[in-house]
Amino acid sequence: MHQQPETNNLDQPHANQNLFTETPFVGKKRRTEFMAKGVFFLMTVLMVVPLVLIVFYLFYKAFPILSIDFLFTNPTHGMRAGGIWAALLGTMYLVLISLLVSAPIGVLAAVYLNEYARDNWFTRIINLAVVNLAGVPSIVHALFGVGAFVLFARMGRSILAASLTLAIMTLPVIIAATKEALNAVPMAFREACWNVGASRWQTIRLIVLPNSISGILTGIILQVSRAAGETAPIMFTGAVFFKAISEGDVFAYGLFDQCMALSMHLFTISTQVPGVPEALPYGTAVVLLGSVLLVNMLAIVIRAFLRSRKKW
Amino acid sequence: MTVRHRLETFSEPIIEWVIRLCGISSIIFVFGIFFFVFREGSGFLFQGFDLVEFFTSSEWYPTSVSHKRYGVLALIAGTVSVTVLAMVIAVPFGLGAAIFVSEFCSPKIKETFKIVIELLAAIPSVVWGFIGLTIMNELIIDLFHAPIGLTVLNGGVILALMSVPIIVSIGEDALKAVPDTYREASEALGATRWQVIYRVLLPAAKNGLLAAVLLGVARAIGETMAVLMATGHAVQIPGSVLDSVRTLTATIAAELGEAPVHSDHYRVLFLIGVLLFSITFVVNLTADLIVKGIRQK
Repeated sequence: MHQQPETNNLDQPHANQNLFTETPFVGKKRRTEFMAKGVFFLMTVLMVVPLVLIVFYLFYKAFPILSIDFLFTNPTHGMRAGGIWAALLGTMYLVLISLLVSAPIGVLAAVYLNEYARDNWFTRIINLAVVNLAGVPSIVHALFGVGAFVLFARMGRSILAASLTLAIMTLPVIIAATKEALNAVPMAFREACWNVGASRWQTIRLIVLPNSISGILTGIILQVSRAAGETAPIMFTGAVFFKAISEGDVFAYGLFDQCMALSMHLFTISTQVPGVPEALPYGTAVVLLGSVLLVNMLAIVIRAFLRSRKKW
Repeated sequence: MTVRHRLETFSEPIIEWVIRLCGISSIIFVFGIFFFVFREGSGFLFQGFDLVEFFTSSEWYPTSVSHKRYGVLALIAGTVSVTVLAMVIAVPFGLGAAIFVSEFCSPKIKETFKIVIELLAAIPSVVWGFIGLTIMNELIIDLFHAPIGLTVLNGGVILALMSVPIIVSIGEDALKAVPDTYREASEALGATRWQVIYRVLLPAAKNGLLAAVLLGVARAIGETMAVLMATGHAVQIPGSVLDSVRTLTATIAAELGEAPVHSDHYRVLFLIGVLLFSITFVVNLTADLIVKGIRQK
């Protein structure tokens, strides 16, 4: 035990506390505080822990079937055996084509909202439309896809129709992320550029977009993860229960073909086909969940990287 | 003027018009969605469609040979029961977690927790449905000795887990929007954290929190695959949380594939789509107006 010099008493927090005795009122206050913190902490933990457990349980159940072969073979025996190749490739097609459509439209829409639009009622309506587009139920998007693309535009049930439906559905994700990224570029950057005689579009192309590219990339990645997981919008616009394609051929689907998709495949083998061995749907779920989570983590890493090297 | 110069003078107005067009694309799409969904359903609306029966009858027999009946009351009851149960679970937990993250956490834990929340929000709905179909189903059968686990309870819990991330992240934004001077002023008067939250933060952030809850509701109403897989397939008005139900969204997803194109059945499904669109439109609009209201203050 070492001794404290007595003159220093007031600087010692624990010594300080003993200067006062707790009144019942203060005690009650302290206990309520402690309880409130405990309850809120418990709520948070109760919410997160089961979810993490569920994810681990899925992985545990799927573990026996996960292999390279599972990814690269077609489903066989009426989808009661084999792998998920056709579905995996189908999902990639849908995601890629929907990305090609929604990324340019979404980024330019955000450019308009952030760089061109004035603060008036019309802009407010556009923002409202973006919010509502994000809020439309996925099954209503599916109905829209059937009405507009499959029937009205005569695309039939095809990869193209399904991708366009997905593109419109995921547009708000890209718009929101890009808008945030553009908004983070300081106004002084633009003003400096205008002052040397650059036009509005030149400023956007040379200064604003390059400085917000990581944020835009994050939005695009989030779009990919969203599009990959959706089921309802593609169910009636292009995805089918089963379609055999040649294994290992990445150009197996055409634009107007129907295709399988991972999310749809999971739905099919877990509800529509009797007698599927248990590991198969778990494996499909884990591949879908795993890829979506991986893509999201990539977005998080990019964002952290962007924050760490921000110049302004 | 060089060639490049001239090219830029010409191309700039074109590019700006393209940008403007993309800018208004969301408006076009929202109207497009309403127009095309309504167009497919409207044929039935003007011939032999009984609006009163549609909303007040719980008899949904779209494929009956002798007497087809299209009453969506039971489906609405299904949607409402699952949504209400989900909100009863998700609102306290979501807001509690939002308060914990925003007011009690250290910055480091806060970052981690926000990442976890973001990842949870990314789990696809069909995976949630699969969890309901397998894990939750067995749990409910074991815990309640129910004959079947695909019930209102199952769907409600799954929907609650799905809408909690939205409620947490938007609720946390609302709490963050309360100026720090409010917290400092009340702590200077000797209030504890809990008193600050209860007396100052909650009243100040109440609009934002309400918006968070509304967006959670909108998500729960619009969710399709999870409830399709987790609530069983019984068109009935539920008597308890252990009854199976079917929601508006699940009905469209389950029956659109079988309904012949342009039949009455097919058109009614599109009318349900119009109904869903209108409900979520109003809920989202309200949430947005509430949030905008805060910003203007």
